This record gives sequence, C-alpha cells and structure tokens, in this order.
Amino acid sequence: MRLSRIARVTLGTVAGVILALVYLPLMVVLVNSFSTSTNLTWPPPGFTLEWWGRAFRNAGALEAIATSTQVAVVATAISLLLGTLVSLALQRHSFFGRDAVSLLVILPIALPGIVTGIALNNAFRTILDVRLGLLTIIVAHATFCIVTVFNNVVARLRRMGTSLEEASADLGAGVWTTFRLVTFPQLRSALLAGGLLAFALSFDEIIVTTFTAGSGVTTLPIWILDNLFRPNQAPIVNVIAVVLVLVSIVPIYFAQRLAGAEQLQK
Amino acid sequence: MHLYTARRRPAILAGLAIASVALLTACGTTSTPSGSGGAPDKLGTMEGSVSILAWPGYVEDGSNDPTVDWVTAFEDQTGCKVTSKSYGTSDEAFTLMKTGDYDVVAASGDASLRLVAAGDVAPVNTDLLKNYAGIFDFLKMQSWNSVDGVSYGIPHGYGANLLMYNTDTFTTPPTSWDVVFDKGSAYAGKVTAYDSPIYIADAAVYLMAHSPELGIKNPYALDTTQLAAAVDLLKGQRANVGEYWSDYLKEIQAFETGDSVVGTTWQVIQNSVTTGNTDVVLPEEGTTGWSDTWMISSQAKSPNCAYAWLDYIASPEANAQATAYFGEAPSSQAACDFRDDCESYHAGDEAYASQIWYWSTPIAKCLDGRTDVECTDYSAWTTAWQEIKG
Amino acid sequence: MPRAVVPRPRETTARKLSVFLSKHARVRLALLLSAPLFWLGLVYIAALAALLVTALWTVDSFTGKISQTWTLDNIVTVLSGSLYQAVTLRTVGVALLVTLIDVLVALPIAFYMAKVASPRAQRLLVIAVLMPLWASYLVKAYAWRSVLSQGGIFEWLVKPFGGESPGYGLPATIITLSYLWLPYVILPIYAGLERVPNSLLEASSDLGAKTGRTLRSIMLPMLWPAIIAGSIFSFSLSLGDYITVNIVGGANQLLGNLVFTNVGAANNLPLAAAIALIPIAIMIVYLTAARRTGALDNL
Repeated sequence: MRLSRIARVTLGTVAGVILALVYLPLMVVLVNSFSTSTNLTWPPPGFTLEWWGRAFRNAGALEAIATSTQVAVVATAISLLLGTLVSLALQRHSFFGRDAVSLLVILPIALPGIVTGIALNNAFRTILDVRLGLLTIIVAHATFCIVTVFNNVVARLRRMGTSLEEASADLGAGVWTTFRLVTFPQLRSALLAGGLLAFALSFDEIIVTTFTAGSGVTTLPIWILDNLFRPNQAPIVNVIAVVLVLVSIVPIYFAQRLAGAEQLQK
Repeated sequence: MHLYTARRRPAILAGLAIASVALLTACGTTSTPSGSGGAPDKLGTMEGSVSILAWPGYVEDGSNDPTVDWVTAFEDQTGCKVTSKSYGTSDEAFTLMKTGDYDVVAASGDASLRLVAAGDVAPVNTDLLKNYAGIFDFLKMQSWNSVDGVSYGIPHGYGANLLMYNTDTFTTPPTSWDVVFDKGSAYAGKVTAYDSPIYIADAAVYLMAHSPELGIKNPYALDTTQLAAAVDLLKGQRANVGEYWSDYLKEIQAFETGDSVVGTTWQVIQNSVTTGNTDVVLPEEGTTGWSDTWMISSQAKSPNCAYAWLDYIASPEANAQATAYFGEAPSSQAACDFRDDCESYHAGDEAYASQIWYWSTPIAKCLDGRTDVECTDYSAWTTAWQEIKG
Repeated sequence: MPRAVVPRPRETTARKLSVFLSKHARVRLALLLSAPLFWLGLVYIAALAALLVTALWTVDSFTGKISQTWTLDNIVTVLSGSLYQAVTLRTVGVALLVTLIDVLVALPIAFYMAKVASPRAQRLLVIAVLMPLWASYLVKAYAWRSVLSQGGIFEWLVKPFGGESPGYGLPATIITLSYLWLPYVILPIYAGLERVPNSLLEASSDLGAKTGRTLRSIMLPMLWPAIIAGSIFSFSLSLGDYITVNIVGGANQLLGNLVFTNVGAANNLPLAAAIALIPIAIMIVYLTAARRTGALDNL
C-alpha cells in the first residue's frame, strides 16, 4: 500500500485538527490560570499572575501532590511486580484457567470505577475492618494498575519469543540468571511504558479514590475537588493542572527515547 | 453532584434513617464521661492539643490560602495545637466520632441528634463559654442542638436557601417560588434547582402555602400522599430545569453565562456572581436553610482545649472569619463588626430567620408530632428524587 | 562448542532451587501466579463478591445498619423499575456513542502516527497524545463546561457556520467523555498499527490491491483486536461515570449517579449493589464478546 501525496496530506490535516481540538480545552485551562475571574468566567475579564504566585505557596496543594506521588509510586511498584509475574505466567505457560486469569487481571479496570470503589470500600470497612487511609488507596490503585503493566509486558513477551531464553538455559544459566540477563533487559522499555501509564492512572484517579481514601488523606484529585468549591481557589487549580501537564513531558519524553533507542538497536 | 453536596451541606446527606428522636425517647439518658452531672462545672489546664472534625472550610490554618487562617491565632492564644480532619458526609462524621479520636466536631442538624443519641457527644456547659452570651437567641437551645433542655453545643453559622433571578429576564422582581414551579415553563431550560433529595422540602414549603388541603405542617414530615404531591410538583418542574446544581462554582458560572436565569441559591453564590445582573429574594412562602453546631466528644482527651475551641470559634472575630469564608451568617451580632457583608446575609434578623425551615433528616416518625400516620424517610426521598430526575 | 567451556556453577541453594524450578514448570507457574492471584482474589474478587451478596440484604431503616435478612427485593426493584430501565438505556447509549466517536477519531490520528509520520514526529505525537492525560480529569471537565457554555468558545467557533452550542445535556456529556477517554483509545490502536508490518501492506499493493482494499482486507482484520481493546476502556469508563454528567450533563443522570446517590446520600448499600449489577452484567457480556476477537490480549 502506498499512500498518495493527497492522502498523506489529508491524513496529516485530519490528525492536526484532532490534536488542535485535544488542546483547545487545555488552552482554556492555561488562559484561565491567568484570568482575574475566580469563577473561570469566559472570556477572561483581565490578566493576573496572582494565581501562579499563590499556587506555589499553597501548602495544601504541595502536600496533596506529595501524597498523590507517594500513592502512585507505591501502587506502580506493586503493579509492576504483580503485572510482570502474571504476564510471565500467562505468556510462558499454558494451563487450565488461563483465560479466567487474564479476565481477572482486566476486570478491575473494565468494571466501572464506582463499582470497584464501593466494593473495596465495603470490604475494607466491614470485612477487613481497616481504617481507610493511605494504605487502602494504594491497595485499590495497585489493583487496577496491574492491567497496564500486564498489557505491555505480555505484548513484549509475545514478540520476544522464547528462543533467547531457551538458549540461555541451554548454556547453563539458571532461572534467575536468565531472567536477570536475558528476559529483563528486553522487558525494560515495556515495563517503563506500563509503569508510566499505571502512574498516570493512579495519579489522576478520583472515583475509586473517593471511596477508599477516608477523610484524612488528600490526594491531588481530591484536593482539586475540594478546592473547586472553596471560594477563590478555582484558578489555582488551573495553575496546578498546567504545571502537571508541563512536568509530565519529562518522563514521557524519556520513556519515548528509551523505546526509540531500543528500536534502533534492533 | 452529591459528593460536592456532601462536602458543603451536611444536613442533607443524612442518609441514614436515623430516627434520632425515637432513639432518644427509647434511651432516655445518654452516657457522658464526666459523671452524673454531664457537663463540667469548671475548666482545668489546657492539654496542649485538640483534635477537630469538621466540614471542609470550617477549620482553616492557612495551608490552602495563607490569608485564610483562624487556627494559628487560637494556637497562639491557648497553646492548644490543632489537628483537624475534614469529612465528606454526616455518616462519615458519625462513624469517625465513634473512634474517639476527635475532641470536637462540627455537626449539622441531623448528625447532631444522632451523635447525642449514640452518646458520642457530651452536654456542653455554656456558662463556661464567655462568648455564648453574644450568640443570637433564636439559634440557642433549638431542636438540633439541645435535648430536653440540655445544651449539646454552640451554634456556628446559618443560612437560607434563596431564590436567585436574572434581572434582565425579570424586570419586576419575583416574590414567590411559583416562578420555578407553576410558572416555570416561561423560563424552560433555564430554571435551576438544588440537586439533592432534600430539595423535596422546598417543594413542600411551596405546597404548604399553595395547597393547604394537603395539610403539610412541617416540610420534613411528609406522609405518602404529601410526598406524592411534592414529587408531582417537582416532576412538572423537571421539564423546565436546565441543570441541577450542587456545587456553587457550577451555579455561579451558569448565572454568569446566562445558562440559568432563575432558581434556588445561597447568598454566597449571589455575592460571587460578578456580572451584576442577578438578585435574590426570600419568597413569600418562606424557605429552607441550615444551622450547624460545634459539639464536644464524650471521650474527649482534651476537654479543656475543646472548650477553648468552642469559645474561640464563637468569638466575634473567629466566627466572622469562618462564616465569611464559608458564606453564611455568623452566630452573633458582634461578629458583624468584623464582616462587611452581614447585611446581605441578614445576620441577626429574627423575622427573616423565622421564615427558614432548617434542614432536618426526614424520618418515619413524623417530625411534626403526628402519630396517626407514618412519614416518608430519607431513603424514600432519595428514591423519589431519582425518579423525579428520571 | 564443547560443553566443558561453560564453567560448572557452584552448588548453592539458589542454584539448586533454580535447577529444581527449571525442571518443574508447574512449581514455577505456581510461584509466578500465587502473588497476583492472592492479591486479585483476596482484594478484588472477595470485595466484589461481598458487594454482590449485599444486594440480597436490606438496610434497617431504624438503625441505618445493614441487616442480613435475605431478600430479592432490591434485585426485583432494579429489574422492574422503569427508572432503572430508562437510565440503563441512556447510559449504554452514551457509552456506545462515546466509544464510536473515540474509535473514529483515534483511527486517522493513530494511522498517521504509525504509518505516515517520521520517527521523530512519531515520538512527538505520542507525547502530544499522552500529555493531556496529566491535566486532571476534573479540570478538563470544567474546561469543557466553559467551552460549551452560552457565549463560550464552541459557540464562537461554530456561529459563522450557523451552528450553535448544544448547551448542557447528553450531547455535552458525550463530547466531554469522548475527550477524556480519547488517549486511552488512541494508544492501543496506535500500538496495533505498529504491529502491522509495512512489508505486508506493500506486498498487498504489489499484488495490485488498491489502498482501500488493502485497508479493508489486510489492515482492518489485523487491527480489529486493538480497536476492541481500546473500546473496552472508553466503554467501561463511560459506563461508570457520574462526575462528568454532573458537570456538563444538565439535568440528566446516568447509572453511576444512581449508584452514587444510594451509597453517598441514602446510605442504602444493598440497593446500590443491586444497581451495580447492571453495569457488571453489561461489562461481562462486552468482555465475553471481546474475548472472541482476541482483543483481551491486545489491551
């Protein structure tokens, strides 16, 4: 299939328009972060840097970002471990109930957040009798983050095939050595991609978090929810959103570079 | 959205069919820590810390906005270090108070009686609170903050649900709720209403005036027929509603853009609308509203600091700061010296306050004293509300 | 190569375990699976089962506590109530439309990214698609509220063409949800397209197939699982949403709102659990159908 020049240009234009539409609301967010209106009124009545100054001195917001990062890092770590284990099991072995296991991994993300949320809330409070807090959010997030790691790792394992691992074993390397020197290096970028998505998923999750957070722990989305309804705080929320988008470029960029570098090596 | 509702307006999220009144009657007395007398007679030395459970925006220490801070001054004055938690629903507050981790709680009409009934809060000796005297009399010893003549806390702030209208659309100001009910079709798609089952009480208030044959005496005590009438009224309204609101940013935006032109509101919302083409009125039928109470845990580890907090938050300056930030009337006239917007909240206006039916949770045992009929409870209201929205 | 070249490993415990494991695939499998299954089984399935059991109980209206008397009342209410049927239909309709829009929008951009753009542009495009994920969900939903308001940007954009803003309501909900989930649909489709070898497409055209034919006969069958995989995200996320519809949905409510109100406001977990059965049943049907296409391996 060779695309004609016209087809390429058309596709490029369509892609450009879509991207423009994707960024239109983000532009609104950016503009509102400089607006003098505290109610996000459009068009903005005036320009001010006040919110940017206040956002960086806002202890509540900084604390919430720290909490969210903490939750996302631990939840991502757990889901990386569990996701890799389950991918290895499903991709390198065949056994009865394999389909059921793969369904089980997908279920927490496929069922609506509110179902997952109230199920976990109910289990934590009435069955396990634990106080809702940081730990319960981490457990909940890790549960639905496993799938993003799983997807990436399973796809990579399938593409890798087993020949290298078999060669390693034939040459006398043990299970550990093979994993450490042969399997893991090939999985690295898949783990990074999966981990990044898991992190993003956890960082922005609001519905399940609402039900598992209890009252003392404020993650960033909960802070945002609270502050959209405190007087004069809405523009600060926009500042935080803009900063997050800008900061997110760094990890995404490095993940991309790593993936790109690996592709070049092949 | 009810999440927002919850964070902002306690009373309505009552949820549980608490039957506090029934429980009270059944239990007779409530357990208190300080022995037979209930409340202490005098205070001792400050414990150095106090733990507070409250709605978001009630206990601000400057961490969200450095200019919004009335906790630091308290800490400096009393040496009591404040740790605070905000809760999302009255149910959550009720559960959290059971842990005994909190010395003080800010509770709403429904939760307060439930806490008393469960023995989680202690009677409060108001003689120990020097700022109690200045509090408006019409807020003291009401059904939601006292039981059998015993005070269980001090009032915090209060407010009314008002009718807001766009002055470009309404050249003559409306005087009745009929503009959102019977005459609502003239503003089809631009009517807004509060998104909560408790809004059924607003319809009941309207019916009290316009359908006396229904015999509604208290908008929170509706039997099946009365509830059905209110639901019918609200179903008719649904056709004209552009959107239901529950967080105030949403309503401010809708009135500023013109997406909504008439509907129920809070004074703080109207104050925040910057386009200058809105006004509010307390319609002739009367209205609903809220009044919150500061209470002390029966298991308080720091009762002295707790009393100090109750006294402090009732002090004119602190009360002014907290209620101004939240957007409600303060609990005392003196607080108005520290606020320039008291007039717009009608603070201390007893005639105005008497037109407000303060939010209570509807329970099966009719709140208006009827015993020959069973009233509809909050869960029935919730089901009805969902059917109204369709 | 003579075997002697490989040095004989020391006989440590780890080594012994390793030898044992390499000989016993079943044990290896058990070790791999035990932690994830323990986690998912204990945390998730147990919680889900407990929730579903709750649907068969009632709330004592006097104490507000759940009383464990078995009854089918909640299930009957949900199945027979016209409210639940209407809301279910509305929710499924919204979720399907959101999914359709997302797939239609994702296809051209993913195709451009995977098959037309230069490697450098490709990398930048992936960043551009991923970045909006980091602007909070709530912030984006409120941004759409502003865009779609009277006198908002949407109206300003379409006015010259005689259009007008849909205002707040189901169309606004569909637009906003499509926007929120778009990256989750683009990514799997993009990954799926990358897996289609260019050589295959070239072979097709060398054999005389026109572009349309190649797309239809080669590309689509290979891409189908990836499309389904993306659709699982947009469909399930839309099915459970209750926040967006509150912000831009006008007076409408979806299934998520019904569940939320019953838990948050009415404290009626049994009824909420019974309502939650509806999206669970829908998703299970959807996933079963999706599994046939092999999509579950392509999420």
